[in-house]
Amino acid sequence: MPMADELALLPGYAIAHLQLSLMAIGLGVAISVPTGIWVTRNARLEPAVLGAASVLQTIPSLALLALMVPLLAGLAGLLSGLGVELRSIGFLPAVAALTLYSVLPILRNTVTGIAGVDAALIEAARGVGMTDRQRLLRVELPLALPVIVAGLRTATVWVVGTATLATPVGATSLGNYIFSGLQTRNFTAVLVGSIASAGLAIGLDALVRTLERGLVERSRVRIGLAAGFLALLCALALGAQLVRVASSAQRPIAIGAKTFTEQYILAEILAQQVSRWTGLETRAVQSLGSTVVFDALRSGEIDVYVDYSGTIYATIMKREGLPGDRARVLEEVRQYLADEHGVLLVGALGFENTYALAMRGRDARERRVGDISGLVPLAPGLEIGGDYEFFVRAEWQALESVYGLRFRAQRAMDSALMYQAIAAGEVDVISAYSTDGRIASLGLALLRDDRGVVPPYDAIVLASPGLARRHPEVVEALEALAGRIDEPTMQQMNGAVDEHGLAPAEVARRFLEGLRFR
Amino acid sequence: MIEVEGLTKRYDGRVVVDDLSFEVGAGELLVLLGGSGCGKTTTLKMINRLIEPSAGVVRIGGRDTRELSGPELRRGVGYGFQQVGLFPHMSVAENVGVTPSLLGWSPDRIRSRVDQLLALVQLEPAAFRDRAPSALSGGEQQRVGIARALAAEPGVLLLDEPFGALDPLTRDHLQQALIRIRRELSLTVVFVTHDMVEALLLGDRIAVLRDGGLAQLGTPGELLQSPADEGVAELMATPRRHAGIVDSLLADADG
Ligand SMILES: Nc1ncnc2c1ncn2[C@@H]1O[C@H](COP(=O)(O)OP(=O)(O)OP(=O)(O)O)[C@@H](O)[C@H]1O
Ligand SMILES: [Mg+2]
Repeated sequence: MPMADELALLPGYAIAHLQLSLMAIGLGVAISVPTGIWVTRNARLEPAVLGAASVLQTIPSLALLALMVPLLAGLAGLLSGLGVELRSIGFLPAVAALTLYSVLPILRNTVTGIAGVDAALIEAARGVGMTDRQRLLRVELPLALPVIVAGLRTATVWVVGTATLATPVGATSLGNYIFSGLQTRNFTAVLVGSIASAGLAIGLDALVRTLERGLVERSRVRIGLAAGFLALLCALALGAQLVRVASSAQRPIAIGAKTFTEQYILAEILAQQVSRWTGLETRAVQSLGSTVVFDALRSGEIDVYVDYSGTIYATIMKREGLPGDRARVLEEVRQYLADEHGVLLVGALGFENTYALAMRGRDARERRVGDISGLVPLAPGLEIGGDYEFFVRAEWQALESVYGLRFRAQRAMDSALMYQAIAAGEVDVISAYSTDGRIASLGLALLRDDRGVVPPYDAIVLASPGLARRHPEVVEALEALAGRIDEPTMQQMNGAVDEHGLAPAEVARRFLEGLRFR
Repeated sequence: MIEVEGLTKRYDGRVVVDDLSFEVGAGELLVLLGGSGCGKTTTLKMINRLIEPSAGVVRIGGRDTRELSGPELRRGVGYGFQQVGLFPHMSVAENVGVTPSLLGWSPDRIRSRVDQLLALVQLEPAAFRDRAPSALSGGEQQRVGIARALAAEPGVLLLDEPFGALDPLTRDHLQQALIRIRRELSLTVVFVTHDMVEALLLGDRIAVLRDGGLAQLGTPGELLQSPADEGVAELMATPRRHAGIVDSLLADADG
């Protein structure tokens, strides 16, 4: 995609990123500094409190973000009884996780900063007649300030950097560039996102440093400059929020997407279809984690997205054993979703995107492998690569147990890298997606599941509970897409983005144009 | 003015100040004299409750010091620390004006008081007011420390070796200044030192401490003429012995 298209997204992403970061850092200071002061007044608590903060810090940031979603969902469940509505995806879980993440450096530095104040000065403060509070405000905090600010600066850089990981829990940030860019191999986007987030971190850090130097040197100019800038940023962040609230009186239809190319394209198709048919505004909620997206739909935080029958069957219904045929699985999933979650299965798009084992075509021909049974004797000499989910999924367990597949090594990696790895000969087999455009362009051979272990993966459009009641016209628009996308079409569209660098929106537009004239 | 009765401090059962009783009259300067570790600082800090006594009573102006809160008490009693303890993030003027500001004086009143006190300890206000403590010599810091102790016009001044670690000339200078200041302000002073000459020079009366107890309390004359025991006699003899050595050195030099 050309640079100009990317830059057009920058204000929105950057402001959302700023909102997240400022909120988290502000809350972090509001929690950590008083807690730090409290700890220095109760020395016995210090190890426990600092220990707890350190443990939080050791949780990988992506996991901490992801954990916030079920945590908040649980909390939301409790609070909904009290008539309080809590959103478990988007801004809230992101801010909660980032705030926790910012606590340790500020807390630790507050404690060491105050503890490091010379005992003679503490006594002098008492000697001139200060109360405990005055001593804290006039002597301890000012003297600890440089240390506290150093912690604040660490936290600022961490939070701004980590906020890029907020995208999969549904919070918009500069990470949207990075996640979608990595998936659609749009490295311009990755670059823009990374540079913008680094720039933001450096800018905020400089601001905090200016503020600190102003406070230490008591330079009105510096304090004014830094405070003015900060106020401006806060106003910008708040202003954007207000505009959003004001304009969302008519809530746009929220369309979710998981973190891979096909999902971005399908989300665009759904969005454009809805707005063409109904004139309603739509909103993209992209790069959501695979289970986050279903939770979001169930709770009505997004209105529609595309999932796959086999995914629901295995990971949500937790069915084990060999699945039946395509139509029966679809029907079971439809029933289950309606009964258990009130989710409407609007229709199947017409293609399957199944997990399929793929080899380099040349190898398959040379070694005469056409199906998985044929792979079994060779597997102990081969390496397999799979996406992050693959090796913990029921399908893999079924493949292992039914066929008795054993590879020399198995490696989990990002799905975009997986294709590069097999092309470069670093792995011999991958868990490909059957609609991936790269299967054709890299000359990969898909191995037939001759014993029918892998469930069918029909692409299905799901609608949140209540959407059909609120917006029957939206459901109607989506029903019109049923059966309209076959496997070659989907492979082509994926290839157009992954291989030829077209924007998902553009691919979706061309597809819908074609539908109209067909 | 100050009455100390049965004052005692124990740390983990170890007695550091032992059942001490004495009085300081209004406008009097009492020296607490004794060797290192005999409990001088501890005694002084118990007078303004920087250290809470294990037992005993301190009355200032007839009033039990426990009737006031610690901060209230200490705002009315000037204290000069052994290690000065100027606040490094405040200017000289802010250090001197800190207790008045705690008492809610107007900025104008604080400013003129600060200038007055700087002049009193012989620091040119215009030159020193806005300096940072780190930009002062040791002697200048000690003078600012005394100015800070005097800032809120206390009736009682407690000084803990305020002229330690100074060259003899500056020391002499500041001792003369203290004599002048306490007369001008008719201050009641408790002055801690381990320097015999300083004690004789400044003290209206001298309390000799030993192991947390009172070895002898009296005017310099009384201590010189009738020392209570061998130890006090020996202590009192040191200035004379030093003077004798100096005299003979001078005689040798002349001859
Ligand atoms: N917090 C404390 N805990 C235990 N012992 C203490 C404490 N503070 C002081 N001491 C002990 O009490 C004794 C008296 O201390 P103090 O500071 O009053 O001595 P000093 O007469 O002022 O000595 P110097 O001339 O060296 O300043 C010393 O032996 C000291 O080690
Ligand atoms: Mg001492």
